[in-house]
Amino acid sequence: METPETRTCDVLVIGAGGAGMRAAIAATEAGCSTIVVTKSLLGKAHTVMAEGGIAAALGNVDPDDDWKVHFADTMLGGQLLNNWRMVEIYAHEVIDRVRELESWGGLFDRTPAGGIMQRAFGAHSWKRLCHVGDRTGLELIRTCQDRLTATGKADVCMEYTLTKLVSDGNRIVGAIGYKRSDGGFVVINAKAVVLATGGWGKMFRYTSNSWEGTGDGAAMAYEVGAELLDMEFIQFHPTGMIWPPGARGILVTEAVRGEGGYLYNSEGKRFMFEYDPKKLELSSRDVVARSIYKEVKAGRGTPHGGAYLDIRHRGGDYIKRKLPSMYEQFHALAAVDITKEPMEVAPTIHYTMGGIKVDPETAASTVPGLYAAGEVAGGLHGANRLGGNSLGDILVFGRRAGEAAAEFAKSHEAASVPDGELDAEQKRVLAPLAAPEKGEGENPYLLHEALQWAMQDDAGIARTEESLNRSLSAIQELKGRAKNMHVPGGRTMNPGWHTCRDVESMLTVSEAIVRSAIERRESRGSQWRLDYLEKDPEQAKVNYVTYRNGDSMAVKPVPHDPIPKEKEELLHHSRFYEEKKA
Amino acid sequence: MTDTAEATTDIRHTQDGRTGRTVRFSVFRGVPGAQASYVTYDVPEVEGMVVLDAIHYIQKNLDMDLACRWNCKAAKCGSCSAEVNGHPVLMCKTRVDDLPEGTVTVAPMKTFPLVKDLVTDVSRNYKVNAAITPFTPRKDEPTPWKIQQHDIERLYEFRKCIECFLCMDVCHILRNHDLHEEYYGPRYFVRMAGLEMHPMDDADRTDEIRTAGGIGFCNITKCCTDVCPEHIHITDNAIIPMKERVADRHWDPIRRMFTKKKQTANAADAAE
Amino acid sequence: MAQDATTKWTPPERTGLAKESAFHRLRRRAPWWLLPLTVVTVLSAFIVYGIWTAFFGGKVYTAPYLSPFYSPQIWWNGPVTPALWVLPFPLLFRATCYYYRKAYYRSFFWDPPACAVGEARKKPYKGETRFPLFLSNLHRYAMYLAVIVLIFLWIDAIAAFDLNGHFYLGLGTAIMVINCIFLSAYTFGCHSVRHLIGGCVDCYSKVRGGVKRYEGWKFITKLNERHAMWAWLSLFSVVATDVYIRLVMTGIITDPHF
Repeated sequence: METPETRTCDVLVIGAGGAGMRAAIAATEAGCSTIVVTKSLLGKAHTVMAEGGIAAALGNVDPDDDWKVHFADTMLGGQLLNNWRMVEIYAHEVIDRVRELESWGGLFDRTPAGGIMQRAFGAHSWKRLCHVGDRTGLELIRTCQDRLTATGKADVCMEYTLTKLVSDGNRIVGAIGYKRSDGGFVVINAKAVVLATGGWGKMFRYTSNSWEGTGDGAAMAYEVGAELLDMEFIQFHPTGMIWPPGARGILVTEAVRGEGGYLYNSEGKRFMFEYDPKKLELSSRDVVARSIYKEVKAGRGTPHGGAYLDIRHRGGDYIKRKLPSMYEQFHALAAVDITKEPMEVAPTIHYTMGGIKVDPETAASTVPGLYAAGEVAGGLHGANRLGGNSLGDILVFGRRAGEAAAEFAKSHEAASVPDGELDAEQKRVLAPLAAPEKGEGENPYLLHEALQWAMQDDAGIARTEESLNRSLSAIQELKGRAKNMHVPGGRTMNPGWHTCRDVESMLTVSEAIVRSAIERRESRGSQWRLDYLEKDPEQAKVNYVTYRNGDSMAVKPVPHDPIPKEKEELLHHSRFYEEKKA
Repeated sequence: MTDTAEATTDIRHTQDGRTGRTVRFSVFRGVPGAQASYVTYDVPEVEGMVVLDAIHYIQKNLDMDLACRWNCKAAKCGSCSAEVNGHPVLMCKTRVDDLPEGTVTVAPMKTFPLVKDLVTDVSRNYKVNAAITPFTPRKDEPTPWKIQQHDIERLYEFRKCIECFLCMDVCHILRNHDLHEEYYGPRYFVRMAGLEMHPMDDADRTDEIRTAGGIGFCNITKCCTDVCPEHIHITDNAIIPMKERVADRHWDPIRRMFTKKKQTANAADAAE
Repeated sequence: MAQDATTKWTPPERTGLAKESAFHRLRRRAPWWLLPLTVVTVLSAFIVYGIWTAFFGGKVYTAPYLSPFYSPQIWWNGPVTPALWVLPFPLLFRATCYYYRKAYYRSFFWDPPACAVGEARKKPYKGETRFPLFLSNLHRYAMYLAVIVLIFLWIDAIAAFDLNGHFYLGLGTAIMVINCIFLSAYTFGCHSVRHLIGGCVDCYSKVRGGVKRYEGWKFITKLNERHAMWAWLSLFSVVATDVYIRLVMTGIITDPHF
C-alpha cells in the first residue's frame, strides 16, 4: 500500500462550519497546534444557509428579554427533553458570543440606538434574533473565517474526507481519510478530536441540506464507540420551496414569517388560526410544518402540494431590504417575484436535533478525547429546535469544545494512529474502485436515491410502527447492496467514489434514526407518530440513546438529568408557558 | 395503514415536471497533462431545470465520475462556478430555459489551474485572503459597541460576497495577463473595501491596496461587476473608492494636507 | 502564488474570439463586438467634430446664445479659435472619467473587448500603473476644472433668457438649459465627487456633519449609478447645442420663441 500523507497535531477539528471554525479558533488561542479538515472549500459549509439570525437575549428591542426567558423558551420548545444544563450555558453565553462576533468585524442590522437589531421568530417570547438581512449565516461564517485566517495558526485542509476515527481502546488517537482532489490517503495523529461535521438531511428526498449533510461525523463517532442521543428528532422546516422540481426542498427562511408573512391554503384562508391562534405563523416549527401537512392532506394544498406564503403586504422596498436573498432566490430559481406573488412552500427536512451525546460543560463525548459541537451534537434542542438557536449553538459549544479539547490535548501524551489501521481502512475505502464482487456492481447514486425515498416516505414527517419497520428493512437491504458498490474512474476528484463513502455514513445514521423513532412510542416535538398521537409522560423522562453493541446497533432509554427545582421555576418566564405545559 | 400512504403521497407530490424535451450538453472532461475533450450528453429537460441539475443527472445516470464542485444548490455558497456557453456563472442559478436554443457548453473556470473536469484549484485565492491585514478593532470603543445603521449600510453589499470567484475568473488581469503575483483581484478589493470602510476598524490599508494589492492594474472594465451573482457593484463601490483613497494618499498633495489635518482634528475630538 | 506553467490549463476550444460570442447571446443577445464598435464610432465622431469646430468652425455665437464649445469667452479675436482655450478642460475630465476609461479601454485598447473573451495584445500589461495612464489618478483635478467650466455654462444658459434687456425664451434656451442639466448630472455624479462628499469617510457618526455627508453621498450615488447614461447624454447634448446654435447663427433655421 502507498505511503500516506501524515500530519500530527494537538487538536484535530473535523468540519469547518461555524462550530468547527469557532472550535479551531479556541484551540489555537489556547496554544494548541490545530488542524481543521473540511470536505469542501473553506467558507462553503452549511452555516452559510442559515438565514434568520442568532437568538441571544440582548434585550435591545424588547428590554424585558433576558437569558432566563431564552432558557425557558428553548426548554419548552424542546418539550423539556433538552439537557437543561446545556440550555442554561447556552442562554447565558450566546450573548457574549454574539458580541464577540461583532468585535471580530461581523456586522448586524442596528437599532436606532446603535445596538444590534433583533427580530421576532417562531416560539421566542420576545424579539430576539440578531440578524443581518436574511444572510446571517454567511456573515457568521465569513467573520469566523476571517478570524481563523487572521490568527494564521490553524492548518486548514480543504477537500479532505475523513473516513475513520481511530481509538487505541482508551482514547482517540487520530483519524484516517483521503484527499478528494487526488485520492491520496491521509493519516492525522491527534491528541484530541473535535467533531463539528453538522447534521444529516441528505438521506431524505426533500431537504434544505447541502450535499455535505451526510452524517459522516455521527457515523464515525458511532463506529468508534460514542453514544448517539435523540436520533429520532429530525426537524421539518415548515417552509421549503416546492417548485420547480430542481429547487424542491431549498429553504425559505422563517424570517419571511418573522417579518410578517402569512400562510394561506388554496382556499385563501390563513389556516394557522385553527392550529395555533396565539402564535399563528410564528408557532414552533413542528406545529407549523404539521399544519401545512394537514392542510395539504385535507385537499387544501397548492397545485404542487404545499401552502402559500405571502409577504406582499410588506411592500416591495421593505422586502428587498429585509429579505434580499429570498427575493433573489425565488427570482432566479422559480421566476417568482415575491413582492408581487405569493411563494409556494412545503415542509422540508432541515435540522437534526439529535446527535452525539455530550457533556454539557465540555462537549466531550463518551469516548475520551472526542468532542462534538454544533448540529452533530445532541442535547441542546430536545425534541424541537427553535429558529435562531443553531447559530448560537455552534458559537457557544464550538468554543467550549475547542477549549476542552485543547485542555485534554495539553494533559495527555502524544498519540499516533497504529500502522495496521491504515491498511484495513484503505482496502475498505478503495473497494468500490476495484472490480465489483458480483455483476456490474451497485450505482451509489441510485442507492442514495433509494435510501432517500425510504426515509422520506416511511420515516418522514408522519411515522407509524409499520412505516418505520418498512424503512428499517429497506435500510438493511440497502446495506447489503452497498457492500457491492462500484464506480468507474480513478481516485482523482471522483464524485462517484466520494458518494460511496457518503452512502455508508447515511445508512448508519438512517438506521439510528429509524431505530430510535421506533422506540419512542409517542408524539412529541418533531416526532409525530400516527399510531401514538399523544404525549406519554413516562417517555418524557427519557432520551433514547443509540450505541454500538458488537456489530449491531442498539437503542436504550436513558433517563435524563431532571431539571432542578429552581431552574424549573425559570420556565414561567416564557410567554408560552401555559400552553406548552398543557 | 392506508392513512400514511396517502399522506406521504400528498406531501411528496409525484409530478416530476419533465417537459418531454431533451437538452444536449457538451461538458469539458479532462485532467491536467492528458488530452481533454468535450463530451456530449443528452439530458431530459425538467421544468425550471438549472445547469447543475443537468450535471447531477449526468452523474447519476450517464457518467458517474464527472467531477464538479457544489454544496448548497441555492446560490448561497458559491461552489458551483463554471463557464456555461463561455459565460462565468453559478451553475445552480443558471436556468436552462434562459439559455439560447442548442447545445449548452459547460467548461471549468479558465483562470485557475484545472484539477479535473469542472473542478479547478482555487487555493491561490485563500493565500491572497490571508495576506490582507485583518480586521483591527479600535481600542478606545466602549463595549457593547454602538454602531449606527448609516455607518454600515454601504458595507452590507461587500459582506454579501459568497466567494464564488467568478470575478477572479473573468478579470482579464488574471485571466489573460496572469498577473497573479502582482494583483489581488476583485474579490479581495471587495474584502479590503469592507474592512477599510468598517466604522470600527483602525488599520490603514491604503498602501497595501496600492503595492501588494496592485490596484493600479485594474482598468475598471467592469467584467467582475457583470458576472457577480450577488450583484455586488464591485467596480463602482469597492475598486473605484479604493482607487480614490489611493489617489488621496499618493496623487493629491492638497488632499494629503487636508486629510492629515482632519485626522488630527478627529484625534482631538476623540480625546475630548 | 504563481501558477505552475505545467498545470496552467487552456481549454482547447477557447483561444479565438469568435467562439465566445455565445456569452453575449446569453446576456445581451447581441454580438460581443457591437458595443465596442458603437463606442468607437460615436467617440470618434465626437472627436472629429470637436477638432473641426475648434479649428475651422469659427466662433458660434448668436444673441442670446453662446455655444458651449466657446464658453467662457476668454479670447474673442486671438490667433486661434476661442474653443481651443476651453475644450481641453472638459476633454481632460472625460478622458480621466472612470466610465469613459472603461469605454475606451474596452473599445479602443481591447483590454478586454468584452468579458471572458480572449485578448489580442501580446505585450506585457501594465494597466494604470505606468505613464501616461496613471495620470488618471488626477481625475479630481480635472473635475475641479470641469466644474468651473460648468459654472460658466450655467451663466450662459441663464443669460440666454435675456435678449437686449428683455425676457427671451426660445428653443435654444431650452436646449442650453437641458444641456446644463445633463452636464451637471454627469459632472456631479462623478466618482471623485462621490468620494470627496462622503466616500472617504469611514464612520459618519465620528466626523462633523457626518450624517449630512452620508445623505450627500447617497444622492451622488444615485446619480453615479447612471454615470454612463449621463456621460453619453451630456456628450450628445453638447454637440446638439452647438449644432443648433450654429444652424440658427447661419440662418438655416430660425429659433422658435415666445
